[in-house]
Amino acid sequence: MNQNYSAVAQRSPSALATSKVLRNTYLLLSLTLLFSGFTAVISMAMNMPPMTYLISVIGAMVIAMFVLPRFANSTAGIGIVFLVTGMLGFGLGPILSMYASLPNGGNIIMLSLGGTGVIFMGLSAYVLATRKDFSFLGGFLMVGFLLVLIAALANIFLAIPAMSLMISAVVIMIMSGFILYDTSRIIHGGETNYVLATIGLYMTIFNIFISLLQILGIMGGDD
Amino acid sequence: MDWMKIFSALALVMFIVFLFPRARDMMKNTPKGSSSDWMSFVIPIIAIVLFIMLLIQLV
Repeated sequence: MNQNYSAVAQRSPSALATSKVLRNTYLLLSLTLLFSGFTAVISMAMNMPPMTYLISVIGAMVIAMFVLPRFANSTAGIGIVFLVTGMLGFGLGPILSMYASLPNGGNIIMLSLGGTGVIFMGLSAYVLATRKDFSFLGGFLMVGFLLVLIAALANIFLAIPAMSLMISAVVIMIMSGFILYDTSRIIHGGETNYVLATIGLYMTIFNIFISLLQILGIMGGDD
Repeated sequence: MDWMKIFSALALVMFIVFLFPRARDMMKNTPKGSSSDWMSFVIPIIAIVLFIMLLIQLV
């Protein structure tokens, strides 16, 4: 009996720390999503050219991969997360303007936005409710992601619409896997830095939204 | 625009080169999942496929 009490007492600080990381991650994630929505609206209002997307995504990825890890344990890390997500949102502006100009564009954007929200919240709720450990997915997801990147590289030159549709569908599956993997890492104490956890989850949401836009755009007969 | 294609391709190549060692490490260090573990991954993925099919119907 005493052993049980002692086990609970020992686990409590770790469980508290885990729930703090989770709470901070979701708080920062919601703020960054709002901020990137704001920068997307600014970009749409400024009527930015399509190349803005490419430049913003490359710039944001470079900052996220090389600068953010150095500042992840300081308050500057939060500013860098806002910079990265703001740039990604700004890059989305021309894409959203293009879809908004289509006859069914508003519907496609709203469905993609809602669909992304449902997928993210559904998968997060699934992990939080089952508390299952999805660490076994790590290697599979990384290899799958690399293969998708190679396929996307080939399709830049091949420009096959069916392949593009297939890549978008696989990206949604892989990003869904990353939501399970990342959330499970947070609740099992594998990720203790909420800045890095936020950027990981933000990237999955961003990729799911872009891929859904593309799938619904093609299947809606607008491409 | 061709330069945009080349620029995108270069960025993707750099990203792949950057991710490759990380993917190799993760492959080595990832614990093996049981069949029930994989089922707990497959079920939500099937749900997502069905959900996307529903969204396509709604467009």
